[in-house]
Amino acid sequence: MTGAGSSGNDGRLLLRASGLSKTYTGDGVIVPAVRGVDLRLEHGEFVAITGPSASGKSTLLHMLGGLERPTSGEIWLNGERVDKLSQARWAILRRRHIGFVFQFFNLVSNMTVADNVELAALMAGASRKQATTRRAELLGELGLAAKADAAPARLSGGEQQRVALARAMVNRPLLLLADEPTGNLDSAAAMAVLRLLSRVHADGQSILLVTHDLRVASAADRVVSLFDGMIVDDAPMPVKQRPTPLPDVLKLRG
Amino acid sequence: MCEYEGQWREGTTFMRMPLLALLAKEPAHGYELKTQLEQLFGEAYPTPNIGQIYVTLQRLERDGLVRSQDVIQATRPNKRVYELTDAGREAVVSWIDATSEGPRIRDEFFMKLALSELSGTSDRLGLINRQRRHYLMQMRSLADLAVGADRKIPRLLIEGAMLHLQADLDWLQRCQEEFM
Repeated sequence: MTGAGSSGNDGRLLLRASGLSKTYTGDGVIVPAVRGVDLRLEHGEFVAITGPSASGKSTLLHMLGGLERPTSGEIWLNGERVDKLSQARWAILRRRHIGFVFQFFNLVSNMTVADNVELAALMAGASRKQATTRRAELLGELGLAAKADAAPARLSGGEQQRVALARAMVNRPLLLLADEPTGNLDSAAAMAVLRLLSRVHADGQSILLVTHDLRVASAADRVVSLFDGMIVDDAPMPVKQRPTPLPDVLKLRG
Repeated sequence: MCEYEGQWREGTTFMRMPLLALLAKEPAHGYELKTQLEQLFGEAYPTPNIGQIYVTLQRLERDGLVRSQDVIQATRPNKRVYELTDAGREAVVSWIDATSEGPRIRDEFFMKLALSELSGTSDRLGLINRQRRHYLMQMRSLADLAVGADRKIPRLLIEGAMLHLQADLDWLQRCQEEFM
């Protein structure tokens, strides 16, 4: 490795992937899903990955979260090389330092909302008291305090995703990873989840998410476009919005 | 200059029916109509300037859809109050009852993409990327507007524009899949 940040020591750099590839083999056919992706994410940055279905975006996210092992390439998280870690070491890393939000919420159905959130804290080594305090604080912030004792199935999709977000945030993760977090929500619930993501980002949370929802993507600091397993564009979004001409659909016709 | 003329003409045309519809409620003068439009549609609506409104009202009067009279004010200049004629009321009703244009078929970006493939004049990936960035910027603008839009009509207007943009992006990706 040559060049800046090859050891991952750049203080602002949280995540770095280089030459990341994933190839699936089935029935003698070799299918490249991700082909040589280089990606960097700084502390506090919010990056959205978009692309058509089957462009490799979920595979990329899963590799960055240790859910799938890359075929080749390197992943550095907070200065540590992680792509060669065992599944057990990855599991510990995820519990303590990575929050995950999925499209279908993945809450434990036979536990209450509160227990779903607390379990994640307990598994990361928090005391019962710490877990309860943090859970109450998060559910309060996300407007779910009244639902603490409910079963997840009693909640709307938007509420379930907010619980999933609380669970992902309970250990104050270094990195929040989200895979189509609004993909299964109606328009209004998607907007509510988006507002929450923007708020935790404003509080300094680093976020990397995969989405086909342009509203979600446009809230990011950078939007990475994936096509055929490769990055085809990496667009910085302006910090302060300069006025853009409004689209035609906002002009009344008469 | 020509472009400005074009915008002016378009501005006065698309305003005709909304102004008539507002006058169907009660007679009003130009400035009141401008304020009503702004209040109804909020920031998302490109604010018509007062000149465009007066020109439109004059043309509506010439076409027999409104009539006007000067109201004398003691301490200020006279104001001209407009009211709907029977023909104007009929025009409003048939405008509202008629179905509206669906999604656009003619799309300038698609023309560029299709023709650039034929002529080999430009880098198509660059074209698609620039257009995606443009949509993202528009989406960011709309999201910023949405933050301040508490009332129903501006909120729905913005949400609709966002859904249209999302469809434009999905379609852009389809173009990318087929062309690249």
